[in-house]
Amino acid sequence: MIVTEKANPGTLGQEGGSRSFSYFEHDADIGVIGQGATLEAAFESAAEATFAVMVDPQSLQRASQEASIAFTEEDVEFALVRWLNALLGAAREQGLVFRRFALAREGPRWSGRAWGEPWRENMERGTEVKGATLTMLSVRQTDGGWEARCIIDV
Amino acid sequence: MNLERLEQTSPWAWRVEREPGEARAEAVLYGDAELLRTMDDKVLEQITNVARLPGLVGPALAMPDAHWGYGFPIGGVAAFDPEQGGIISAGGVGFDISCGIRCLRTSLTAEELAPLAPKLADSLYRDIPAGVGVEGDLKLSIGELDSVLLGGARWAVRHGYGEEAELEYVEERGCVAGAKPENVSQLAKKRQRGEMGTLGSGNHYLEVQVVERVYDAAAAEAYGLRAGQVVVSIHCGSRGLGHQIGTDYLVSLAKAAGRLGIALPDRELACAPVKSPEGEQYIGAMNAGINCALANRQILAHLARRVFGHFFPKARVETLFDVSHNTCKAERHEANGRERLLWVHRKGATRSLAPGHPDIPKRYREAGQPVIIGGSMGTGSYVLAGVSSSEARAWSSASHGAGRAMSRHQALRQWQGRQLVDALRERGILIRTRSMRGAAEEAPGAYKDVDRVAEATEGAGLARRVAFMRPVVCVKG
Repeated sequence: MIVTEKANPGTLGQEGGSRSFSYFEHDADIGVIGQGATLEAAFESAAEATFAVMVDPQSLQRASQEASIAFTEEDVEFALVRWLNALLGAAREQGLVFRRFALAREGPRWSGRAWGEPWRENMERGTEVKGATLTMLSVRQTDGGWEARCIIDV
Repeated sequence: MNLERLEQTSPWAWRVEREPGEARAEAVLYGDAELLRTMDDKVLEQITNVARLPGLVGPALAMPDAHWGYGFPIGGVAAFDPEQGGIISAGGVGFDISCGIRCLRTSLTAEELAPLAPKLADSLYRDIPAGVGVEGDLKLSIGELDSVLLGGARWAVRHGYGEEAELEYVEERGCVAGAKPENVSQLAKKRQRGEMGTLGSGNHYLEVQVVERVYDAAAAEAYGLRAGQVVVSIHCGSRGLGHQIGTDYLVSLAKAAGRLGIALPDRELACAPVKSPEGEQYIGAMNAGINCALANRQILAHLARRVFGHFFPKARVETLFDVSHNTCKAERHEANGRERLLWVHRKGATRSLAPGHPDIPKRYREAGQPVIIGGSMGTGSYVLAGVSSSEARAWSSASHGAGRAMSRHQALRQWQGRQLVDALRERGILIRTRSMRGAAEEAPGAYKDVDRVAEATEGAGLARRVAFMRPVVCVKG
């Protein structure tokens, strides 16, 4: 089994960038890890990791457009998958790539926002993410806060 | 993979021994020792998980190109009997429903292609929408998309993308029955509005190839293949619509399994009995996804043909065959001495019908169904033919590709996109891509040895080799 965590790459294959997300390995797909002081922040970081697979965040310019996400889910692990998939769906529907995220929770009700911009020709593109899966899905408290992880299908 | 738990039952087949007290059906892996050693141990875990699902008939099977997937391994095959509580699993189909390969044969030779190959590559890159965030020219309303989901490739032909006659050479004659557009979410349809006729990214490609070796002259003749001939392979699936169907049903089927008392060894095996409202709903949506993919490849084949027509106005560019390798289909198979209707999951596996099967186009019926194993952009691909032994060994299934040998992270650490593209150009392979990072992730060295996979597929009696094609031009997302 190959599961080696790559420490804080920020963007795949490059050094530097955000320190709030990282990746773990999977033969065909990619594992994302979001970390944060709160559960919601960990989910936001997992979203950053997911979108950084599709485009280098450093090639983005202005997060000028906004999308809203809302769903009801009691299971926090399923909630991670639903959050990521809702963002992927909204991004594809609106032709946007997201770079900033905010998520709030009230009991089982989750509401989030994402900011991004339309695809441009000169963006540094990566690989399309088809969806977040239930494989190696975990949401857990750590010493420093929360960690959310799953495999995303690319 | 540690082979200690495996019992070799033939040179190309391995049975997974049960742990003490382990309650599950048989699990069998096909391949030689070297291929199995390079597989991740997760393949073993995933295929034995599949062997625990209700209503499984025969063993859970892993093809020679199997690798670690989610739920099922990629290269996993399993058949379920609805009369025995058999299930349908979204994790046994995958997010990219009906991902597959359309292979086109041309009347061109490698010599005729060579002088124009760079310009042809540029034009294909310009006219074939590829890459993350890239949409096609075709924009459909929700109502029009519903027609696509019902009509598949037939819809595309009706709208000017190709000829009626070529549908004979598309699985299911271009359209599966039982599609229920009403079971597909509005979001899935909205995601697809600009994505009909797009390639996608990752391991999807459009390749111009040259037939380099012919293994079976009679089958090659039936398929219209000869050494030195130019062919085109298009690898893609159901795009955003299929991805969203997978997304929509993954969590709902995982919850349904809990409600229905199905103990899932892995939540990604999210499933419901075929004969349940939840199962029937997913089947209707999945069939809509299959038709979406068939239409998508039909449109892409037409776009590619148009580009070839510009450079080679007299050339014939015809569909050789179109095979899907992420599906679940109801098929009649003989099991335990009687014919039964089984739901056969093939996740990263190709159907491989034996000579004489009535579902094979007449022209190919004596040779067997064409099976296409897509390789990496630097190595090559195989056309094989279905064989009769595959029915008893794998419900008439075979390998679908080279299969990844290392993760995308590992590939990125090992190769740089620009250098890789330059090195391939030196070898006469022209890469056109919007993503150098994606090119590095798809480096030929990140895949298993496709020759070994094809040899093992033949050795295991799943299909026999007909021809090998080397790449000349590759358009990647």
